[in-house]
Formats: sequence, structure tokens, C-alpha cells
Amino acid sequence: MAEHDNDIKQENPSLSPQVGRAGGMAEFAALIFSLGTSTKTNDKLQALSTYFSHANEKDKVWVIALFSGRRPRRTVNGTQLTAWCCELVELPVWLFQECYHTVGDLSETIALLIPDNKDSSTYKASHSLHYYVEQFQQLEKGTEQEKKTFILQSWQELSSQERFVFNKLLSGTFRVGVSQKLMVNALARTVQLEPNIIAHRISGNWAPATTSFEQLLSEQSTQTDFSKPYPFYLAYALEGPLQDLGEPTDWQAEWKWDGIRGQIIKRNDQLFVWSRGEDLITDKFPEYTILQSKLDNGIVLDGEILPYNDGQVLNFNVLQTRIGRKNITKKNLQEAPVGFFAYDLLELNGEEIRHWALSERRAALEKLVASLQLSWLQLSPMVTFNNWEELTTIREQSRSLNSEGLMLKRRSSAYQVGRKRGDWWKWKIDPLTIDAVMIYAQKGTGRRSNLYTDYTFAVKDGDKLVPFTKAYSGLTDKEFAQVDAFVKKNSLEKFGPVRTVKPELVFEIAFEGIAASNRHKSGVALRFPRISRWRTDKLPNDINTLEDLKQMLELYGK
Amino acid sequence: MPLISFTDKGIFCAQGNFYIDPWQPVDKAVITHAHSDHARPGSQSYLCHRDTLPLLKLRLGPYNYQTVEWGEKINLNGVTVSLHPAGHIIGSSQVRIEYKGEVWVVSGDYKTEPDGISGVFEPIPCHTFISESTFGLPIYNWKPQHEIYHDIQNWVRSNEVAGKTSVLIGYSLGKAQRVLQALEEVTGNIYVHGAIWNVQETLLQAGFKLPAVNRITPETPKEAFKGSVIIAPPSADGSAWMRRFSPSSTGICSGWMQVRGNQRRRNADAGFALSDHADWPGLLQAIKDTGAQKVYITHGFQSVFSRYLNEIGIDASEVKTEFGTEDEEASTPTPEAAQ
Ligand SMILES: [Zn+2]
Ligand SMILES: [Zn+2]
Repeated sequence: MAEHDNDIKQENPSLSPQVGRAGGMAEFAALIFSLGTSTKTNDKLQALSTYFSHANEKDKVWVIALFSGRRPRRTVNGTQLTAWCCELVELPVWLFQECYHTVGDLSETIALLIPDNKDSSTYKASHSLHYYVEQFQQLEKGTEQEKKTFILQSWQELSSQERFVFNKLLSGTFRVGVSQKLMVNALARTVQLEPNIIAHRISGNWAPATTSFEQLLSEQSTQTDFSKPYPFYLAYALEGPLQDLGEPTDWQAEWKWDGIRGQIIKRNDQLFVWSRGEDLITDKFPEYTILQSKLDNGIVLDGEILPYNDGQVLNFNVLQTRIGRKNITKKNLQEAPVGFFAYDLLELNGEEIRHWALSERRAALEKLVASLQLSWLQLSPMVTFNNWEELTTIREQSRSLNSEGLMLKRRSSAYQVGRKRGDWWKWKIDPLTIDAVMIYAQKGTGRRSNLYTDYTFAVKDGDKLVPFTKAYSGLTDKEFAQVDAFVKKNSLEKFGPVRTVKPELVFEIAFEGIAASNRHKSGVALRFPRISRWRTDKLPNDINTLEDLKQMLELYGK
Repeated sequence: MPLISFTDKGIFCAQGNFYIDPWQPVDKAVITHAHSDHARPGSQSYLCHRDTLPLLKLRLGPYNYQTVEWGEKINLNGVTVSLHPAGHIIGSSQVRIEYKGEVWVVSGDYKTEPDGISGVFEPIPCHTFISESTFGLPIYNWKPQHEIYHDIQNWVRSNEVAGKTSVLIGYSLGKAQRVLQALEEVTGNIYVHGAIWNVQETLLQAGFKLPAVNRITPETPKEAFKGSVIIAPPSADGSAWMRRFSPSSTGICSGWMQVRGNQRRRNADAGFALSDHADWPGLLQAIKDTGAQKVYITHGFQSVFSRYLNEIGIDASEVKTEFGTEDEEASTPTPEAAQ
């Protein structure tokens, strides 16, 4: 699943804390902004470990929670926040919207619109981080009036910088440009434990509001929480030629599957399914329930949750219809059947075996999967090859198998923690591409809020243009500025934030997959579309046709 | 015929036969301040404040110039014209125009918070006020100057500790002199870009007191920058010229830095929302203080700002001008308003 981009980057002194302010929320906001300012990993590590050595215990627990993807649920929506802010600062909503268009971020807009309380005699010290976050949790069940009272009160007692972070937390849009790994390393510096031990202890099912820092990092935590998954071992993209990997016989090759990476855990007579984002998703896959009786206690499988039927891996789009749904109906189960492709075995008979060699773990895994005899639970098949040239040829088949390429794993490798180089590599196939013309443009958000950076592209269908995808990233800042200038000069009509532009600029769009879709005019939906380059050498007449797209769908979209 | 009309050459007073900050050559130009979008070459004669003169000479070259003091009244074909401090940059003035009891004021660019260099903005009662609106959105709410100076000083000190040269980016006329003011308290070791040096020399010759600075030339050895603070104009930002200061940290001084996205887009290490223009409360206060019955809003967020003024009971219209291409106005395309 996609990783979040850095959202909080540079320090803006206009949002900096008031001189002399201390306390939980101020410290936390300062941490967030300093993490945003620093570009060097070492500086971020330093900022975090300094925080961990000074902050109050309960705030630390929340920081661990927030930096490991345990964000508080959204208790209010943007419309409510907008209305309340307008009421507080006595501005009309249309003017608020104008500000929002310029700033590009709701939390920041509100932070800037509410004046700081500059009179120090009436200036209240803000509360701690855990106070605010736990209030959010309680408010989930509160009335609208209760929410409003709390939020207005908080806005006025916080400084601009704190208010920004508060709003981000409140609106469920809080992101940090710091990996969980970095946070774990910083924590390791402060508590004198190995990072992989910390990573394991903070994984799983724990509630920040009721867990103390002590409890969280104690040895018992792993023993009392039976649901705890192991941190996932992730691969980097292959960097050099295959030959650099050495002897082909030292390596195990598997297809790289495009589903949801997950762990299935059976402990203490209970079954848990975790996704790589560390969400407990047991309820989403009732198909797996049977494992509760079939698996022995003390087993942890690592694998991929895939749309799968009758021995065939299906297009990822099929699975997407089930993700994000609160209740899974019978119909969903029929229309989007899933399987589990087992990659690895991390725990057997209650014993952790991550340090075993992959070849040993694989042998145990093969025995286990064979004994279960479930059609949807498959071993991720090994790809046999004699030399690197042969493997290169085999990789060409990836797309027709609905695979993204190959995974290479050293047979002697242990199951490591997080993303590591050396023993595991992913070797993806090149994306599909198509040439298209830009027809709509919209302003970006956040750092590109004043530029037209979000575009919609069309292919030709006779003398008509058919929009088929949006694409965001992929241009340099300089190119964005040029396209932005073109949009401003060549816009034909305006629909709200969207401009229709003269179909003149041609871009190459790259994507990972294609599927039929009746929600799109073109009849196709692309997976991970992005601009791969600006084809200044091409004219609108040279672009691909709807027919070309349909052929790709025929070839790769099944 | 109204006393003032908006023509394709600029803001025009027919009775007095003069233009204010015209964007094409005319017979008589009254100039609010020396920024290049307000003071353009080619006119027959120029009227400006005494402190603007050396800057105009620097930027436009030799012309027929006439200068006045603030508040000094002169008569142009029966029209009484006087200049009043606008607080934007050195010499910057509002233009008051009176004819048969009717008073108009053209603000030029202005800033309501006194900066200690540019003169103190003076609200002038009038019937009709023509105001800029560069930062005419309520998100633009400046911190007091001393707090921003404090931020800049802290930033310079922390760079020093980290062994980095501080490079501050600000417009050569206006911002650079204020940045110098802030730096004076933390360092005596300041190097400036040639464009800033030229303004500095001009102001020194005109009798202004400014902290001493060194000029950066191609011959200045790289070692000289170690432990110094650099001031450079926005045009230098991101250019090869900047490489000589490495290891360095870059801070941009501009009102646009109020919004984090702009700061990030400019790829700066720090942003200081230090502006030479009035913020939202400043604009509103200035307009109310004139007591004007009619307000025209020029360059900036003119459509948004005039709509808001109308809603709060101030009769306002937007006017398209060709101002807003130098200083802060130019550095970020103002969104809807500019199109
Ligand atoms: Zn100006
Ligand atoms: Zn201007």
C-alpha cells in the first residue's frame, strides 16, 4: 500500500511557538516542525530522541502511536471546522474558501485565521498532547455542541503552530515525514533496547490511552498481547545488475504479488489477520476463519492477500471493491473472492523462527501449507531458473500472471525488520505507458497550492477526446511552473476549481495495471497512473487512441 | 468627469494633467516610490519625495526631477498635490489630490507598522481612496517586526553553531535594508550582492545611516564567507552564484512565507513572513481611517478584497493596473485575483 508523503516540511517562523511557552502540546508541535525542517535523517533522529528523553510519559506513548500509524479517528469534518472557524473570527464562508484555495490546507488555513492571543496575562498554557488526543476520542460519542465547545476553546488557548498540529490530528489528516523505523531507532537510543525488540513490542493491538510507556516497552507486552504481529521485512528495488548478486543457486525467486501484504496469526486459540499498515483486518476476511480451527496455536504466516479464484490470481481492482467496506456482504465474498499466498513462516509451535535460514523456514512452510489442504491458501510459487539470463526472460511473463515482477531472496537470509538492503530485492517490470493530451487542470494542494499541478488526460477517439485518467506526480518543479503558465494562458472554461485547457500539451503516462471500469467514461481504470515525461516532441495528433487503451485492457486487464 | 480616471497609461488626473505611477511615458508623472513597477522610465518630468530622488536616479537615470517634502503642497493647474508617508520603503509616499474641496488619495504601496526606516504611514482623510491589496486576505496577519527580527537573529545564531553561512533572500530595495537592521544586533560580518550594494551606496550618499557591509565580487575569496551573513535578492536564489556560500542555510524574507506551501516550493531552509506591505488588519484599518466614501482596490487580491469591503458596508470597486511586478508582489502569482 502507498506510503504517505512528507506533509510537514519546513519550519515557518510565523507559526513558531511563542517565546517562553512550554508544556506538552508546545513541545510536540515543536518536534513536528523541527522534523519537517530537517532534511538529514540524523537530525530527525536527534530531534526525536531528544523528545523521547524529555517529554512526559503519556505524551511519549501517543507519539509512538501516532508515528506507527495509530491515528485518532476523525471526529469532525471539514465543513464543521470551516463553519466554527468562520463563526469565531467573524468572516463569511466564501472568504474562508478563498483563503483555503490560497493556502491549500484546511488545518493551516484555520491556524492562520485565528489570531494568537498576544496578551500574556490572559494567555492560558496549552495542555499536553495526550489531553487533546484523548479528548478527541471521548468526543467521538459527544454531541455536535460538545465538540464545538471543546474545539473553539482549544483553538483559542493554542499558539498558531500548536493549532496547526491540533487541526491535523483532529481532522485525521496528520502525517509525519518520518518512518516508523526512524522513530523506533530514536526510541532505542533513549531506552537502551535493540530496535528490533522495540519494533516488536510496539506492534499489535494496544490502546495508547490505557497503556503506559513502561507497559508498552516491557517484556511482558509481547507475552500478554497474543495478537502482536512481527514487523514486516521489506525489500528495496534491485539496484545493480543481477550478476552482482552472485550465484543463482544462492537465491530463491518468487513472483511479486500486488495485493495486501499480511500476517495470519494463530495464538491462544484466536486468529488475527494484520495488514502491513498494521491494521487488524481479521473481520474483513471471513474466508480465513476456518484457520482458527485448522491451525495449531503459535503459528505466524507472512504472505499476500490476493483476489483469487479457481487457481487464478485476479486483477487487484477486484480486491479494491472489498477494501474500505465496513461490512462484508455475501455478495462481496462471491464477487471478490480472496486467497492467501504464503511467503514465509515466522513462528512455529509458539517458537519464533525469524532467525532460521529462509530455506529452512520455506521447508517448514511447505509442510504446513500441504497439511492444511485449503484451495485458497497457497504457497507463493517458487520460480525455478538456472541462470540470470533465463530469469530475465521469465520476468517478461509477470504481467500476464497479474504479478508486478519478481522477488529475489537469499536462501540463507533471516527474516529481518523493516526495509533492508542485501538479502531481499524486488525486481519490478517496467510500467505500461501511453501518450495523452492534457485537457483539464486543477490546483495542487499543500506545497503546490498556487500552481496548476493536477491534470486530467485524454486519448483520441476519432476526432473526439476521451478523458481516461488523472495523474499528479512526475514533473520537475520547473516543468510544473511551465505547465502552470500554459494553463493560465490557455484556459477555456472554469468549473469551480477546474480549468478546461486547450488540448495541446502531450505527456507520457505510466501505470502499473489496467482494468475495466464502468465508472469511467473511457471504460478503463488505471492503477498508479503518473506522468513519466513531458513529450514536447509530440503533437496532440500523435497521441494514443481509445482503441489502444482497449487493446491494453484485453492484454493485461483480465 | 471624475477628478481621477483609470486610463491605459495609468492613473490620470485630467484637471492637473498628470499621471500617478504611469506605466507608459507621459508628460508629468507623480511617483509614489522607486520600485520599478511604480517608477518607469521615459516620462518628460517626475515629481517625487526628496528621499525617493536618489533611488529614482539610480534606477531610471537622468531625467527632469522635482522633489517635495511630506505635506508640502504644490499646485498643478489648480489641483493641490501633496505627498504623505506610506511606510513601504524609503521615500514611499501616498499622493493626496485636492480640487475644489474634493480629495482623493492614491496609496501606492504601503505598510502600516512603522519599520524605523521608511517613514510612518499616515492615514489621510479623503473622499476617495485608491488602495493596494497585495496581502488582502485574512490569513495575512503579520507578527510584530521585533518578533520576526528575533526569529531571524535566532536562526542566524543557530546556523553559526552548525557551522553554516546564513543566506537571507530579500528585495534589494526595501527588504534588504530591514534585514540589515535585524542583523546589526547579531553580526558585523555581512556580505551583500551587487544589486543590494548599489542601493546601499546610493542611500549612504544620500545621508542615510546603514550598517557597514561588504560587496561580493567574483574576486571575493570563498573563505571570506565563512561565519558571515549574506544578503541576496530573489533573482540570485537558486542560481549558480549561490554555490560559493556552501555550507549554507537559506532563509527567505517575504510576506508570502506566511503560507508553508510557498516556502517549500521555493526550497528554502527557513521562511520569515517579513513584508513591506500592510497585512489584512492593516489594510482594513487604513481604509477605515481615511473615512473614504468610495474605495478603489488595485493590485493584489482586488476582487476578493473589494467584495469583502462591500459586504461590510464600504463602497469598493476593483481596478486593474499594471502594478505588482516588482518586490514581493511579483514573487508568487496571486491566484484568482491576478488572472
Ligand atoms: Zn513597492
Ligand atoms: Zn506595488
